[in-house]
Amino acid sequence: MNSKGRFGEFGGQYISETLMNELIRLEECYNEAKNDPSFVSELNSLLNEYAGRPSRLYFAQKMSEDLGGARIYLKREDLNHTGSHKINNCIGQALLAKRMGKTRLIAETGAGQHGVATATVAALLGMECEIFMGKEDTIRQALNVYRMELLGAKVNAVTTGTMTLKDAVNDAMKEWSSRTADTHYCLGSVMGPHPFPTIVRDFQSVISKEAREQILEKEGKLPAAVIACVGGGSNAIGAFYNFIEDKDVRLIGCEAAGKGVDTYETAATIATGTLGIFHGMKSLFCQNEYGQIAPVYSISAGLDYPGIGPEHAYLNSIGRAQYVPVTDDEAVEAFEYLSRTEGIIPAIESSHAVAYAMKIAKEFSKDQCIIINISGRGDKDVAAIARYRGVDLHD
Amino acid sequence: MTDKILNSFKKNPNGKAFITFITAGDPDIDSTYDFILKMADAGADIIEIGIPFSDPVAEGPVIQNANVRALKAGITTDKVFEMVKKVREKSDVTLCFMTYANLIFHYGYDKFFTKCQEIGISAVIVPDMPYEEKEEMESVSLKYDVAFISMVAPTSEDRVRMIAREAKGFIYVVSSMGVTGVRSDISTDLKPIIGHIREVTDTPCAIGFGISNPEQAEKMAGISDGAIVGSAIVRIVEKYGKEAGPYIYDFVKSMKEGVLKA
Repeated sequence: MNSKGRFGEFGGQYISETLMNELIRLEECYNEAKNDPSFVSELNSLLNEYAGRPSRLYFAQKMSEDLGGARIYLKREDLNHTGSHKINNCIGQALLAKRMGKTRLIAETGAGQHGVATATVAALLGMECEIFMGKEDTIRQALNVYRMELLGAKVNAVTTGTMTLKDAVNDAMKEWSSRTADTHYCLGSVMGPHPFPTIVRDFQSVISKEAREQILEKEGKLPAAVIACVGGGSNAIGAFYNFIEDKDVRLIGCEAAGKGVDTYETAATIATGTLGIFHGMKSLFCQNEYGQIAPVYSISAGLDYPGIGPEHAYLNSIGRAQYVPVTDDEAVEAFEYLSRTEGIIPAIESSHAVAYAMKIAKEFSKDQCIIINISGRGDKDVAAIARYRGVDLHD
Repeated sequence: MTDKILNSFKKNPNGKAFITFITAGDPDIDSTYDFILKMADAGADIIEIGIPFSDPVAEGPVIQNANVRALKAGITTDKVFEMVKKVREKSDVTLCFMTYANLIFHYGYDKFFTKCQEIGISAVIVPDMPYEEKEEMESVSLKYDVAFISMVAPTSEDRVRMIAREAKGFIYVVSSMGVTGVRSDISTDLKPIIGHIREVTDTPCAIGFGISNPEQAEKMAGISDGAIVGSAIVRIVEKYGKEAGPYIYDFVKSMKEGVLKA
């Protein structure tokens, strides 16, 4: 078997021949870079000085007392520069791109967080930047479109298909296959063809590296569970990775169930998907009986994706991680709850993880702790939540 | 079936083949049936039938929109099989399928290629299944005597010989970077790529992506063993819908003449 980048049967490189040499070069460049002390020190310096790492592990005392049960910690990726975990990966990939002699970054974005992070790093490193975003999402997340433009990026509204994240990935891949000489595709999640799922995981694993040290320092023991939301799965794999060997730590990924897993308006891939080949990888996808990719739905533009990263599909298949569906309604309630209870407005994506933690906190005893990864902040979602609640906001 | 493909090249006096593409089910499956027979009559040596996919990432806007129209009109993989079966009652033209890995994977490799063999499909072209991944599909397709077509691209460089060595049927040489679609000018110098292929194999190679007029077809067939045309034909369907048959016939005829001049 020639196939590379496998997690069990998942992963691989199902991509056009046009991009194969580019992927091979990227893998070689990454393998050199990660062992090059000057690359690692530049990466760490930007993560710390520019992005504001390490992010805090905050004990949510009021929430813990209110829910009764586990001591709840929040890993505050929302406090990173640009407001989400996405910057961890963007800094890493942009440095790799520079190392490969590229002068231009392209990226897909759903909620706009990855687009903003890419545009930010491009501005910092003096690179050209073009973002692909589903037209539907440019409406849902208009503020982020303006942010990207402010940062000097060009934003292309994608009008094909469902006009959401999946279609943005399609167009970014098409653009990359027409222009690789000066352009790196800064893929935003642990998906796509090898080596992206591995590279993005490695850059995001800083989340669990810090969280593991922080919880040991604060609690003197490992958490009973780590909970994160999952679309493609980058913040979740980042939050899980350094706990995978700690068999007693439950790893829980929260998928966007939209209006429910028994409806067509859902994006819960593990709950409703089947094995398939799409966007460069073999993994689980929401699809019909002929293998046509299904239109998916979630209130959260960042989780509104019909697939899941191959390593998550693998962790699910071996039972190491558990994946649960969380509906729009539950996520919105959690969004409001955390805002009210802790004075922290989480992204609607992260709110899916908060919602599940609220459900299961009581199952734990008071001497156990759990970590929720707050992957991003919710400022971008305030207008959408107001609409959801029927509140008419005026400028 | 690979003999049948080889013969599609050899039967012409200059050994060059003209290969056409049509998206199945656009605007409806009966029209596709008609278009295939018209193309065969007009001299198409090999016809690629595109099975529509929801997310055709190798396609430019023309074929992507044809996929959207066909899926809206209710096309399915099974309906494509039925249509091809009907074509076989009228024509023994060499036929291939062009589609994406997921449709074949999801249908089941054995089930899919069994049907291909039953209805006389000679090969499959799967743009999202490169050399590194082809084994899972090719190991099954060959059991049913269906060739898995290998593609080389302008960026293949050191990979060309490796790919060509294992290629069966014909080799699909992608003329340009990017997606399918009409191009006014094919700027890539393909001669070195063809040269590398010829060093390691006699398998014929045909050039596709961007070819839309007889002059381009002649030029591309001149440096290889054939020309492949897709978007230019699908554009005729886009313009004339069900009435596209005679226009497709005339176009294919003029393109074939170009190829035969090469």
